[in-house]
Amino acid sequence: MIQIKNLYKSYKMGTSSLHVLKGIDLNIEEGELVAIMGSSGSGKSTLLNILGMLDVADKGDYILDSVPIKNLNETKAAKYRNKFLGFVFQSFNLINYKTALENVSLPLYYQGIKRKERQESALDYLDRVGLKNWATHLPSELSGGQKQRVAIARAMASKPKVLLADEPTGALDTTTSYEVMDLIQKINQEGKTILVVTHEPDIAQMCKRIVKLKDGVIIEDKKVNQVLASSYV
Amino acid sequence: MNSLKVIFDRDTWQEIFGSISKNKTRTIITVIGVLWGIFIYITLSGAAKGLDNGFERQFENIARNSMFVWAQQTSIPYDGFKTGRKITLKLSDIDYIKKRIPEVEFIAPRNVRGVFDGSVPLVVRKNKSSNYNVYGDFPEYSKIATKKIYEGGRFINEEDIKYTRKVCVIGERTQTELFEKDEDPIGQYIRIDNIYFQVIGVHKFIEGGGFDNDGDILIPFETYRKIYNTGDRVQWFTIAAFDDADVVAVEKEIKATLKRIHRVSPDDERAFGGFNLGEIFNKIVGFSKGMTLLSLIVGIATIIAGVIGIGNILLISVKERTKELGVRRALGATPAEVRNQIILESVFLTIIAGIMGIILGAFVLFGLNIATQDLEDFPYTNPTVPIPFIVGALFIMVSLGTLIGLIPAQRAVSIKPIDALREE
Repeated sequence: MIQIKNLYKSYKMGTSSLHVLKGIDLNIEEGELVAIMGSSGSGKSTLLNILGMLDVADKGDYILDSVPIKNLNETKAAKYRNKFLGFVFQSFNLINYKTALENVSLPLYYQGIKRKERQESALDYLDRVGLKNWATHLPSELSGGQKQRVAIARAMASKPKVLLADEPTGALDTTTSYEVMDLIQKINQEGKTILVVTHEPDIAQMCKRIVKLKDGVIIEDKKVNQVLASSYV
Repeated sequence: MNSLKVIFDRDTWQEIFGSISKNKTRTIITVIGVLWGIFIYITLSGAAKGLDNGFERQFENIARNSMFVWAQQTSIPYDGFKTGRKITLKLSDIDYIKKRIPEVEFIAPRNVRGVFDGSVPLVVRKNKSSNYNVYGDFPEYSKIATKKIYEGGRFINEEDIKYTRKVCVIGERTQTELFEKDEDPIGQYIRIDNIYFQVIGVHKFIEGGGFDNDGDILIPFETYRKIYNTGDRVQWFTIAAFDDADVVAVEKEIKATLKRIHRVSPDDERAFGGFNLGEIFNKIVGFSKGMTLLSLIVGIATIIAGVIGIGNILLISVKERTKELGVRRALGATPAEVRNQIILESVFLTIIAGIMGIILGAFVLFGLNIATQDLEDFPYTNPTVPIPFIVGALFIMVSLGTLIGLIPAQRAVSIKPIDALREE
């Protein structure tokens, strides 16, 4: 599903440049649930941003679902993001003046789907994350866990090939974190490829594979026995 | 997605509505900026138009191309005459002027008793009496200065002149002073300087400048001539030029002709006096045109200031919404979609504010119209704003709204989604 070869990325910091990614090679198959771990500054978020086409690598190849991702202008990147990717952020990033339902239907709006279909589909996804009854609520009326579930529903609504989650549990307490991970695992079991950036080992253990980054290189890449989040809940 | 479809898409408007209703205070303040601009514009240009109409109304009773010409004393010796010779206009001058100057449409000689010379005639009816100025007039006079005659009456006509009839048109004040309230003066007789005259009409007094007043009595020129023994002498001419004639040039030509007839030096500026209503009218028209232009400039400048205000607020708003816009981009909004949204927000706010301003301005003009309706002397009538002005203002607002919206929109697009998302 995802093939990365020899990926480099550096940021200019004044006169010197900061090398964040120093040659990353990574292959992710369809249906995998991969945790990307590393301390802060290890380059894990940068990697995710490049995967999410929010950022562009300096060097290297990136092939997503057999489509080489390169020379993207903003418009094309937006279309690819909309078509291939779903994002889940640490700080949820829901639009605060839109209801849960409107938030979930936003990517569908950008896909140009008709209003009625969009709402039906969005409601369906809200139902899947167990928040059908909260459809008309604003994010400010939801708890952290609920917000993240709305965000996951939003990410799923556009039927992406890959779900990218940047510290999805970073702002949540343990119980809620496990609930969210349970949801992510269920989505994965339905066959969706998911990448989770985290620095929490217990969250990483709930994935099927852990990729450890340090100083811009992969230091460890191993399959793990998945711990089911439902066992904690 | 083509742009027309975007504009008519309900969802687009929902997005715009959502984001502008998010911060109501800010939206209202923004709207007030443009609203104020268009309000000033509408009110000013409407008021200027009202003033314009008001001036027109003031002049509706007198031919706009009219003038008075009278004779004075020479100031230059000429043709054997010494300086200081008194000139008197003659009835025969009329034919000369008419022949020489084709631009003259009407020419009415007038004489008056009681203004420049002679005692103010004593007018008696039954046991009431008073003094009024008496004018000798030709029917043509009514074509130059419209004298409104109350129903049942008429102005002096050709027959009156021909038969030297002893008839008169009296003023409103004359009527109230000499007649009883419920009495019809038409057909009644009054005594002017001991001669009986039959009243044929009552003229409505209209402030038209000069020394006219509401007590004036007008009698046929020929009758006046006989009674006061004025012979050929004329005190002044009231002249109307054709509408398309240049009144200033016509006045010059008339004076030149008169100078030739009366053997006055062509360079003598003092021999003949003149009062050119047409020239003054043109000046007033110029003045009100200037007012309209001024109101246009001030109004448009205020609108521009308002629209710039909108741009400013949107710029701040875009900065505040950086994260939201980042999220939208992450979810697949293309830069064009983000840009369109911001521009449409700008245009939408501008138009809403504009329409509200137009309505408010219309209300104020309506109020002004009612308040000034009873003021006859105040030159202000029917303040309206021409439709092209409004359409033009709306057009300016939409294009300015778009242009000014481009700045925040470009800014919104120039922020990379990754940076937008990182911002806390």
